[in-house]
Amino acid sequence: MIPLVIDDFSVVCDAVNNFLLYTCGLPKWLTVTIECIGVGVGLLLAYALLALFYILYERKICAYIQCRVGPVRVGPWGLFQSFADMFKILIKELIHLDNIDRFLFALAPYLVIIASVICFAVLPWGNGLQIIDFNIGIFFLIACSSIGVLGILLAGWSSANKFTLIGAMRSGAQMVSYELSVGLSILTMVCLAGTMSVGGIVAEQENLWFIFKGHVPAVIAFVIYMIAATAETNRGPFDLPEAESELTAGYHTEYSGIHFGFFYLAEYLNLFIVSGVASLMFFGGWMPLHFPGWDTFNHIMDYCPSVIWFLLKCFVLSYVIIWFKWTFPRLRIDNLLALEWKYLLPINLANLVLMVLIIVFGWHIV
Amino acid sequence: MAEIQEKIAKLFPQATFEQGDVLRICIPDAQWHDLASALRHDPDLNYDYMITIAGMDWRTSLGCVYFLQSTTRGNDVISVKVETTDRENPMLHSVADLWAVATLYEREVYDFFGIIFINNPDMRRLFLNIDWVGYPLRKDYDQDPALNPITTESERQSDFTQTWVEGPDGKVEKKEVRIFQPEEFVVNIGPQHPSTHGVLRFRTAVDGEIIKKIDVYMGYIHRGVEKLCEDLTYQQTLHYMDRLDYFSAHNYHHGLCRLIERAAGIQITRRAEVIRVMMDELSRIASHCLFMGTFCMDLGATSMLFYTLRVREMILDIMEKTCGARMTFNYDCIGGVMQDLAPDFQKDVKALLAVIPANIKEYNKVFVGNVIAKERMVGVGYLSKEDAIDYAVTGPSGRASGWSCDIRKIRPYSIYPELDFEEVLMAEGDAMARFKVRLREIEESAKILAQLVDNIPEGEYCVKVPKMLKLPVGHWWEMVEGCRGVFGLYLESDGTAKPYRLKIAPPCLPLAGVVDHITEGMKIADLITIGGSLDYIIPDMDR
Amino acid sequence: MEVTTKSMPYDAWKDNEYIENLVKELQESGTNVIVGSFDKLINWGRSNSIWPLTFATSCCGIEFVSLGAARFDMARFGWEVARSSPRQADFMMVAGTIVNRMVPVFRRLYDQLAEPKYVIACGSCAISGGPFNKSYHVAKGIEDIVPVDVFVPGCPPRPEAMIYGIMQLSRKIKVERFFGGVNRQQKQEDFLKSHPVQDVDQG
Repeated sequence: MIPLVIDDFSVVCDAVNNFLLYTCGLPKWLTVTIECIGVGVGLLLAYALLALFYILYERKICAYIQCRVGPVRVGPWGLFQSFADMFKILIKELIHLDNIDRFLFALAPYLVIIASVICFAVLPWGNGLQIIDFNIGIFFLIACSSIGVLGILLAGWSSANKFTLIGAMRSGAQMVSYELSVGLSILTMVCLAGTMSVGGIVAEQENLWFIFKGHVPAVIAFVIYMIAATAETNRGPFDLPEAESELTAGYHTEYSGIHFGFFYLAEYLNLFIVSGVASLMFFGGWMPLHFPGWDTFNHIMDYCPSVIWFLLKCFVLSYVIIWFKWTFPRLRIDNLLALEWKYLLPINLANLVLMVLIIVFGWHIV
Repeated sequence: MAEIQEKIAKLFPQATFEQGDVLRICIPDAQWHDLASALRHDPDLNYDYMITIAGMDWRTSLGCVYFLQSTTRGNDVISVKVETTDRENPMLHSVADLWAVATLYEREVYDFFGIIFINNPDMRRLFLNIDWVGYPLRKDYDQDPALNPITTESERQSDFTQTWVEGPDGKVEKKEVRIFQPEEFVVNIGPQHPSTHGVLRFRTAVDGEIIKKIDVYMGYIHRGVEKLCEDLTYQQTLHYMDRLDYFSAHNYHHGLCRLIERAAGIQITRRAEVIRVMMDELSRIASHCLFMGTFCMDLGATSMLFYTLRVREMILDIMEKTCGARMTFNYDCIGGVMQDLAPDFQKDVKALLAVIPANIKEYNKVFVGNVIAKERMVGVGYLSKEDAIDYAVTGPSGRASGWSCDIRKIRPYSIYPELDFEEVLMAEGDAMARFKVRLREIEESAKILAQLVDNIPEGEYCVKVPKMLKLPVGHWWEMVEGCRGVFGLYLESDGTAKPYRLKIAPPCLPLAGVVDHITEGMKIADLITIGGSLDYIIPDMDR
Repeated sequence: MEVTTKSMPYDAWKDNEYIENLVKELQESGTNVIVGSFDKLINWGRSNSIWPLTFATSCCGIEFVSLGAARFDMARFGWEVARSSPRQADFMMVAGTIVNRMVPVFRRLYDQLAEPKYVIACGSCAISGGPFNKSYHVAKGIEDIVPVDVFVPGCPPRPEAMIYGIMQLSRKIKVERFFGGVNRQQKQEDFLKSHPVQDVDQG
């Protein structure tokens, strides 16, 4: 039999750890510190690269939907367009405003960006390639992503501008509401998985992804999750907080330069994170496509490295969310809240009960 | 007409009459309000639609010419002339209580001529800023830029409006009225805002997301076209018509050319008529396409703009081949059109007609059937037929409220009587209806084009017209259907080569005036929907 | 930002190669290598990422919309990120007439743009008042109100002309220096002297 290319990344991690600890003979605290710094740098690098990729990705998809070609002049196929944007935005002036709450104004973009960076820690990047895996991983992710709301609220409030204030209030109402749906649909899947640990959830899907295993309630939960996640990330058709045609630029109207850049990056990174969570909860995280009994097929699937599986799933799911944005008109605030509280929430609760019944009676596949 | 004249003469013996292309009643100011209320409410008269108020400076006197139309009795138009000889402190009685749109029109006259309208609730300047010196359309206006310098200082704001009220004893008193209460949360939407379609400014009092009151500020693109026209020859005035409503450039040109040709007694060839009508209908399709795109963009569906602009680019190609420009064509001229049609014209129009049905189907599929779009549009910005007439909301917006106001049908001009097309009417009066009316009007315009494309007669495209055209002394009135509604033109000539006064009655001014009325109690997002669905063009309303 | 395009002969603008040479000369000569390469990098970024402010007053604005649409597609150059908030935009395309009442608003918008900021006067109204030059309520060109970098004539200019205008702005950005270096004014004058444009009097 051919040796399988299961790229268990934990082998590498252990090797590095052993190298520092035993070969170099460093004390434990120094080893941990060096590792933390290494992980942090890698994380930030991945973060920046992914964000730049996502910006270009959306611009290309948007151009495709609108019968255009999108950026093509800067680099081959316009690949360096977002790098040019990044250099530009780094050196733009940071405008200082009078009569604002300076501390909160400066704090807000960092809150937003920190919230999304932290979420990276628990995403299942690949087999063994996860920064921290603990028993309430998915719960931790939901908790951290909520910090972003705070940043947006502060940004809108501290700018002392009526448009940003309306934008902030809208985002407060919207994100707090839709957090319920995100939480409940994840809870539904956690019931199926029986664990909140990210590694555990992925391991549970070794035989079959949850979207197949949980069939009807899983599909319902997936649809609800995608709607609510789009709303969570403030993207169209739920982009009310920054509704361009209504509030010019919404809560970040007054931000310039790199502070605006943080909001801009965080928006795209949140898109990646919600896609990542969707692929974790419904499509097996980094787990290749396996079907019980199809051994040959499963082996073939394993040839593709797990990191690529995870990224591909994320990109496909993000494509769907981007597709929403460039197709639908924007909702009005009362439609938006009615959708959540009158439709999604009751359906979600019923779906949770259905899922519990399925688990109790063992009606799920495998 | 005769019986109307008789009836009015019986009621108001002081009134004198003047026959022209429309009947003109001259009445002293003291009787004017009584006459107006008879014209408005008498069932035999019932002039319920005020087309425009043309402020006038006759050198010895200042005054107004009111143009009224009856929507129930055959759509006949009359005009009423009211004047005052007091140039220092001119005052006339307001008719704002009879026609809602008159509030706005009287403000315009006040702004340009300084005529104060007694009992008008809102007597502020409309286009010029609060501290402007002089009244620009008066003949003795001092154009010295030192009086009104260009300044980068913000203009003075006032939360108060003024009104002159007549007491029971006949004494006129000036009063200040508050527009916004100090505790109200007033958001300033515009003049620089992505979805005011230009530089219009709404001061909006909101309660959370709910709109309580809107105060419209115009004039951020007021270029003084009417005054400029007075210094130009008739041929030269034409090119400004391109720059009012740049989507209806052909239609507006058509209107002014017809007016001058009628005044000068010029008969144009049938070929020219057919070309003009075809260009009108092409621009109507292009305009409605762009409307759908920008409207959907306002609602957040950006992609639709790119689909509708594809059709518009096709039309621009056709026009560019014939007229030589993409936007400001300056194509219709006195006596016909500037150049003959391009050789490919018929082929291109046929190609366009072939793709339109498929495109309309696509627009319907992408947008009209969309559940979010329905939520956003159905029932939003309801305007009843009575209000549409009262506020003079014409064009597709008026027809969406069920008001038959298409000049091509009710007062047919050019070759429209021979053509087979329908006036699109809907009863709902909401944003969705306004959207659908335009979608169906594209089909109707395509129908007209299909009838004409193979029947363009041979002949001269332009008749000989003297280079220096002089019109006889007199006054003329002309209405055509622009892409956004009734475009009226009033010309007064003193026998020279330049117009004494050219009053442009744009369709978009009343559209902006009705915004406050239909947005009350709606949400901020609805304001955008309503503004988009009314489809006003700011340079058209500001002139 | 010592380099100005004002001293360049008009005909030089027709010749893109000439401009590229000027840029090359200025960037290569006399600058510290590290600073110079940083400058190059930054200017590469800036000149390839110019975001417009959504601003239009009249006819030219519609051509600006066409510029974004599928046929002309300014997204090819990366200019399609039109920001509605002036704080986040790089240049404003003054598309349309600026009238007296608009002047304070316009000026404030310009002030709100974050540095480095640029202005393109697009269409004859913005350049000189155009057909409305004699009006009582029209600013006779925006140059008296804000500094203008590029003029794009036309009434309205065709979208191709607008593309060319923004490309010229992009070239202009490339010759600016961000970190510093030698006196480029001198260098530029030297270059202009040593590279005469045909049939043009250098004055």
